[in-house]
Amino acid sequence: MNFTLSEKHDDNPIEMRKVYCDTLIELAEKNDRICVLDADLMAAMGTKPFAEKFPERTIDCGIQEANMIGVACGLSVQGKIPFAHTFAPFCTRRACDQIFLSGAYNKANVKVIGSDPGITAAYNGGTHMPFEDMGIMRLIPGMTVIEPTDNVMLGEMVKQVSGRYGMCYLRLVRRSAPEIYKEGSTFEIGKAVPIIDGKDATVIASGYCVKEAIDAADILARKGVSVRVLDMFTWKPLDEDAVIRAAEETGAIVTAENHNIINGLGAAVSQAVARRYPVPMEYVGVQDEFGEVGPVDYLRERFGLTAEHIVAAVERVLERK
Amino acid sequence: MLNEKERKEIKIFSKRAQMEVVKMIAGLPAGHLGGCLSICDLLSVLYNKQMKIEPSNPEWEERDWLVDSKGHSGPAVYASLALKGYFPMEQLATLNIPHTDLPSHCDRNHTVGIDMTTGSLGQGASLAAGVANGMKIDGRDNYVFLILGDGEIQEGQVWEMAMHAASRKLEHLIAFVDYNKLQIDGRTDTDSICNVGDIAAKFRSFGWYAQSVNGHDVDAIDDAITLAKANRGCPSVIVMDTVKGYGWSKSANQVGSHSRGFTAEEKEEALAEMQKELDRYEGTYA
Repeated sequence: MNFTLSEKHDDNPIEMRKVYCDTLIELAEKNDRICVLDADLMAAMGTKPFAEKFPERTIDCGIQEANMIGVACGLSVQGKIPFAHTFAPFCTRRACDQIFLSGAYNKANVKVIGSDPGITAAYNGGTHMPFEDMGIMRLIPGMTVIEPTDNVMLGEMVKQVSGRYGMCYLRLVRRSAPEIYKEGSTFEIGKAVPIIDGKDATVIASGYCVKEAIDAADILARKGVSVRVLDMFTWKPLDEDAVIRAAEETGAIVTAENHNIINGLGAAVSQAVARRYPVPMEYVGVQDEFGEVGPVDYLRERFGLTAEHIVAAVERVLERK
Repeated sequence: MLNEKERKEIKIFSKRAQMEVVKMIAGLPAGHLGGCLSICDLLSVLYNKQMKIEPSNPEWEERDWLVDSKGHSGPAVYASLALKGYFPMEQLATLNIPHTDLPSHCDRNHTVGIDMTTGSLGQGASLAAGVANGMKIDGRDNYVFLILGDGEIQEGQVWEMAMHAASRKLEHLIAFVDYNKLQIDGRTDTDSICNVGDIAAKFRSFGWYAQSVNGHDVDAIDDAITLAKANRGCPSVIVMDTVKGYGWSKSANQVGSHSRGFTAEEKEEALAEMQKELDRYEGTYA
């Protein structure tokens, strides 16, 4: 891991789906085992350029997620490296048993891509708004579960998971996400990125909440509170050592996730903390609710995922330290 | 078309496989007897005649693949594999005991010769289609044989796959439906649970080449597979009219034969009935 933070964290004008498709094309040019599958969302995911370039390695199954995952698993047993995409709830909820049995139990090698995480499903609303996908995937033995933070990390992760045998779930935003890292940064699956160092408390964040955590650390610094921020983009295998170091060195932890706090990042962190080094914790995330329709700016307030919510959680946890 | 020698070999093999299934299950409190006995004739035609395999080299890259999507009939496949020499016959006695490599449902990560892990009904269908897609991408001249249960086709995933395989023109995918008309709670061919209806017509309307045969007539099975292999442009299905629990008068056509155990007397009775048939084959086809 060798990363540099970008100076500003504005939305990247290049959408994440473009990075996803470009990276797959780059990989597929060198490796004829790379295949792309979708369930009638190639246009939404922006993977049509892959289909045009590699029609024989593209399988659009139509609106049938269970079959798509099964076909991907069968392909992988034949030696292919399939990337199978649909919206996050449709792969992780609807095709859960296929990912579990045809995939993980069968020791297949499929990269399951779930798009529109949590509140970024925005105008598609509650039916399409997954606050549970990472938790469902985390419960499957052997799954690698990753939420790439920005374009730079996404490109890296697509490359890394393609060369890592086994079932993997990548949760990604289709549209623009804030720039967090500079080009050339490298990451290691299963290793938290220590974005900001601090001594009073640690915020362990993922995905949408990483930029909010950085902003929260700024606000708290102005109040004289020194906060460590970890980007925990790999939910499984969890970087327990980074968690325990944070507990030992800062004595309080707040987790921040665009996900239900039940069986989410906070739950994963808690399990490590409770077992190895108990410290006070607070959880910023969705408090066991369904999603609803609206713009992200509304939803981030509605579900309590802003920098201000993180600041408040840090202040609460410090009182119990 | 089978010649005399092939017919005799295939009939004897399937009867011996049935007897091994009885011995395997009789050593346990219960096992999936009915759906094992109904597919032994098909397995015998596949392993002895139609499937391109090399038992001494189970991972042979140029082999045909078998996906037994009704994974609970694993014991019938294990008996066939052992008879073909994939592993020692003695290993069959380890079915379902702790640390076994012969679990009740097929698992490619445990059993030599098992190409795919199955057990959650419907999923083997898509897995087989995935394998067929892989072969197609690589331009390999191999077949994927998929065994579906008749109750299993109540799963929607089977019909997702059926639509997909026809669209993708997976002509090297040959599916079988073990149409034994029984499932755990009753019949598959009446409205009492969920009527599977005219299976061949359903597949045909999805764009498949569909045939129906007597699933215990090894000549008919062999001919149908030969026709399916020659078929181009779409996947094939062979609906096999079978008897659940075939081969033992007490289990044949019995809904309770899906999963059952044996008393010591029943085991001897079943084996004696099967031995009689075996002797008849050995006498008839000299």
